[in-house]
Amino acid sequence: MDIQKIRNQFPELSEKVYGKSLVYFDNAATSLKPVSVIDKWLKMSEKYNANIHRAVHYTATVATDEFEAARDRVKDFLNAPSRDGIVFTSGTTASINLVAYSFGEAFIHEGDEVLVTEAEHHSDIVPWQMLCERKGAVLKVAGVDDDGYIDLESFKKLCGGRVRIAAVTHVSNVLGIVNPVKEMVRICHEAGIPVLVDGAQGIVHEKVDVQEMDCDFYAFSGHKMYAAAGTGVLYGKKKWLELMPPYMGGGEMIETVRFSGTTYAKPPGKFEAGTQNISGVPTFVPAIEMLESLNGGDSLAYGEAVNEYLADSLSADERIRVFGVPRRTEDKIPLFSFAVDGVHHEDLALLLDKMGIAVRSGQMCAEPLMDRFGVTGMLRVSLLPYNTMEEAEYFIKSLDKAILMLS
Amino acid sequence: MGSTLQEAKDRLIEDFSMFDEWLDKYEYLIDLGKNLQPYPEEKKTEDRLIKGCQSRVWMDWRLEDGRIYFTADSDAIITRGIISMLISVYSGRTAAEIAADDFSFIDRIGLRENLSPTRTNGLLSMISTIRSVAQNNI
Ligand SMILES: Cc1ncc(COP(=O)(O)O)c(C=O)c1O
Repeated sequence: MDIQKIRNQFPELSEKVYGKSLVYFDNAATSLKPVSVIDKWLKMSEKYNANIHRAVHYTATVATDEFEAARDRVKDFLNAPSRDGIVFTSGTTASINLVAYSFGEAFIHEGDEVLVTEAEHHSDIVPWQMLCERKGAVLKVAGVDDDGYIDLESFKKLCGGRVRIAAVTHVSNVLGIVNPVKEMVRICHEAGIPVLVDGAQGIVHEKVDVQEMDCDFYAFSGHKMYAAAGTGVLYGKKKWLELMPPYMGGGEMIETVRFSGTTYAKPPGKFEAGTQNISGVPTFVPAIEMLESLNGGDSLAYGEAVNEYLADSLSADERIRVFGVPRRTEDKIPLFSFAVDGVHHEDLALLLDKMGIAVRSGQMCAEPLMDRFGVTGMLRVSLLPYNTMEEAEYFIKSLDKAILMLS
Repeated sequence: MGSTLQEAKDRLIEDFSMFDEWLDKYEYLIDLGKNLQPYPEEKKTEDRLIKGCQSRVWMDWRLEDGRIYFTADSDAIITRGIISMLISVYSGRTAAEIAADDFSFIDRIGLRENLSPTRTNGLLSMISTIRSVAQNNI
């Protein structure tokens, strides 16, 4: 396989930092953008900038068609039963807040419970805490075990009583473990509990079929899967979207507005108040095309080899403790969070940066997980199929050098 | 303390100018960090913690014969190196000397633009602590 051909499509990969080639290993924070996505964004800004769904003029029609074509593409990508179940948002965080607010308004009452797991990103904790605060409800938390797997027994035990909704991450942005969301949805549904899946990381690496998973909501961001920043999706089952009240009021989400009372549009319009990200949303089309091509064929085997090399090198190093230990290789995405004995993660990140390597350090928006594993922070490397074996080798060598400097 | 505040600053600026690469400058900061005077464990308390740092930083001070002596520690070694620099320049000076300083030597060694924003905030918090201790003791 010609990895260079893939890399040529991502202009930022040829950037230099401090005179060195950039090694971008912070993909879980946001992915780099391919030329096809940049071009689409440029085209929508240069030629077809017009507000959608409103005017009858030519460019408005093109802009509306592009926006709605993205909805169709996302629907197919997720195998959603209907395009009306695809709501565009500004990202995962916005999608989750929408559900926490609107579902909460309709269905959560004093004394009810909301179930989350210890592996959640702050974006899948705080909106639920705010909901609980508003409604006098109680947040329940299912733990993860030492390897980073959600403890299904404890999850099952919590699935009863007054739990009205559960929110679980498909893949944790810290542990990289792929959770058995289909099984978790089944467990919840048996107890009559709807489930929101945080797919911010999962959508990038796993094949998602929302009908097969049977989740009630699936939330993800565009920017982590090659699309423009400030774009996101909330997939929701029709029955919920119809019963939930709107999140924000304003333009486009209405049917009729009278001072005597306003009626709302049907989903998804009901949840898309105000001017949407008209230049960004159309980039979902080339982004999904890129994702599907990179997640299949030759690059799959190459990526697995790079992944295996990193997993082996890190776990063979006695100074390093990796969090999220898969029992089967397919249980983990190419993401490694670790701590080094006696060395502070920020020091390591600073030195690696000067060696041209972009990594993430700190609490990674998951303080409860840091507490669970007894650390103040971690270092994280996360890869996408455009990363190479050479980069992985250079990273392992640089990490060793940095640890030696700091010990 | 043999040198004046100005001399201590000049020496650091000169030391840093010897290295071309920032990686080497970090190596130097790490050495400074390793040689930082020990800071008592029992003084690692919540009230001595400086807010705004990504790594934890504790700072303590005492007034003796009209001079302010600072001690500090961090769990990150490069931060310890920065602490060591700040202490070599500002510890053992009079409140008036410290308060009159503009702290611009930090910029002259290029430290600020070579730290991550979170570290820069930490550095600024340490500087403002030193400054306010001096101002409160004039
Ligand atoms: C698992 C997970 N959930 C939620 C988020 C929040 O995504 P965004 O900042 O794009 O809204 C992230 C990204 O950092 C994530 O990794």
